[in-house]
Amino acid sequence: MSRLFIAIGAAVIRMITYLGELVVLAGETFASIVLQKIRWRLFMNQIVEIGLRSQLVVVITGAFTGAVFAAQTFFQFNKLGMGSAVGAVVSVSIMRELGPVLTALMVTGRVGASMSAEIGTMKVTEQIDALRALAVHPTDYLVVPRVLAMMISMPLLVAECIGVGIAAGYFVSVGLLEVNGPYYVANMVRWTGMRDIIMGLSKAACFALLIVFISCHKGLTSREGAVGVGQATTEAVVNASLAVLIFNFFLTMMLNIIFPAGYQ
Amino acid sequence: MSALPNETKGTPGAAAAPMISVRGLTKAIGPQEILRGVDLDVAKGETLVIIGRSGGGKSVLLKHLVGLMQPDAGEIWIEGENIIGLSERKLAAIRRKVGILFQGGALFDSMTVEENIAFPLREAGERDPRVIRQKVDEMLEVIELEGQHDKMPVNLSGGMKKRVGLARSIIRRPSCVLYDEPTAGLDPVVSDSINHLIRRLQKRFHVTSIVVTHDMKSAFHIADHIDYLHEGRIYFHGTSAELQRSPDPLLQDFLLGRSEASAPPEERTNPEAVVASARA
Repeated sequence: MSRLFIAIGAAVIRMITYLGELVVLAGETFASIVLQKIRWRLFMNQIVEIGLRSQLVVVITGAFTGAVFAAQTFFQFNKLGMGSAVGAVVSVSIMRELGPVLTALMVTGRVGASMSAEIGTMKVTEQIDALRALAVHPTDYLVVPRVLAMMISMPLLVAECIGVGIAAGYFVSVGLLEVNGPYYVANMVRWTGMRDIIMGLSKAACFALLIVFISCHKGLTSREGAVGVGQATTEAVVNASLAVLIFNFFLTMMLNIIFPAGYQ
Repeated sequence: MSALPNETKGTPGAAAAPMISVRGLTKAIGPQEILRGVDLDVAKGETLVIIGRSGGGKSVLLKHLVGLMQPDAGEIWIEGENIIGLSERKLAAIRRKVGILFQGGALFDSMTVEENIAFPLREAGERDPRVIRQKVDEMLEVIELEGQHDKMPVNLSGGMKKRVGLARSIIRRPSCVLYDEPTAGLDPVVSDSINHLIRRLQKRFHVTSIVVTHDMKSAFHIADHIDYLHEGRIYFHGTSAELQRSPDPLLQDFLLGRSEASAPPEERTNPEAVVASARA
């Protein structure tokens, strides 16, 4: 029994230590953004890596999520004669939940894994020690450009995902399932508001921070060897994905107080 | 900034305070005690070679000297400043004075040779491409790799990587350069060229050098003094000639590359036999 308590205690301490390290990294990063020079060339490289190269993934995710969600909603609502309400359900759901969460999960898989692997490889090949030896702080050089690029790219990617999802939902509902187009749009506009857009984009900014700090931290603390880098990459993707899903619930509950859902 | 410690050993022949001074440095990694109280001094302009068995803590000691590792106890003084406990940002000022060549070169693999060498200049705020190009060309000439600007690290041999790493660490003219196994894994000809390069740098730029190696040919070629690190402490300090003359069986076993299994019993107990064997 005492072994069980020791194991639980050790796990709790590990968890608190891990969270503490993330907070310290975030603190160092924000201090660096304010006090140190920003490397704009690296920032632009990261914008290309995170924002531009994630286009295809985000567009496909948004399109097929919107399409399948519209179809499923139509199949249920049409039985009640509410086919034209599909637009409202699809737009609100994609803006408030599906758009931010699915984009964050896709970005975690594509960008978070790459960040963690790249920084982890730099660590095990002594490139991070070389940076430090050349009087360059790894946070300034590696973390800050990624954090800034994520903060800019994620809301744009989420907005893109939402737009493509709504367009795909319209195409499936009106084009394939023969829902009345003007009613579809009218319902969508009536039930969707600025509050939904703000909520979606606020979540995007929060998820961006979660993904970038978890991924960079895993890379920076990667253990030696190829196994260490592989493990760090896997843990970065798993931790960031879980963090996105868990934080999403709390963000939804909190933001719903500020921006309540539904027709006002 | 603190003053130098009162109790400095002083380096033979050095009139001024040592450039680098280490006192009572201890470090354990996990249960293993790597350093158990290292004391050493390096005078300005001197080349100190630290030799010792593999896994004996030479590279760990070197990383401490530039603040890449923090000791459990002890002091490291660089040009009169104790670097122990300094934050990463404060260490940056020390690291501008002390360059380090890593064992594998530690080149940034996403950058070309030119970008690697120019990295410290760009980080220091140099923006003029002509100045950068001129200094990179000068460094490439020093390391005898003229015209290799656009090569990626993946396309370089081990010796070339070390040369580029060296050029990167000296382009801002540090007053001290640390070399971690500069000839490890290189063929004898390339090793010899690296040894000459280290000597040339010392003459041309008057840098203080600390070289960690277990390549004795290299050590004798470049050292002003040699320290033998054994069981976490400096076991021997002296010149190359003093080391070669030493009858100590431990030192002679190391010099001759002789394990316990291969040493003849009479030599293990009779230092004179060791010396005779070494001379032979």
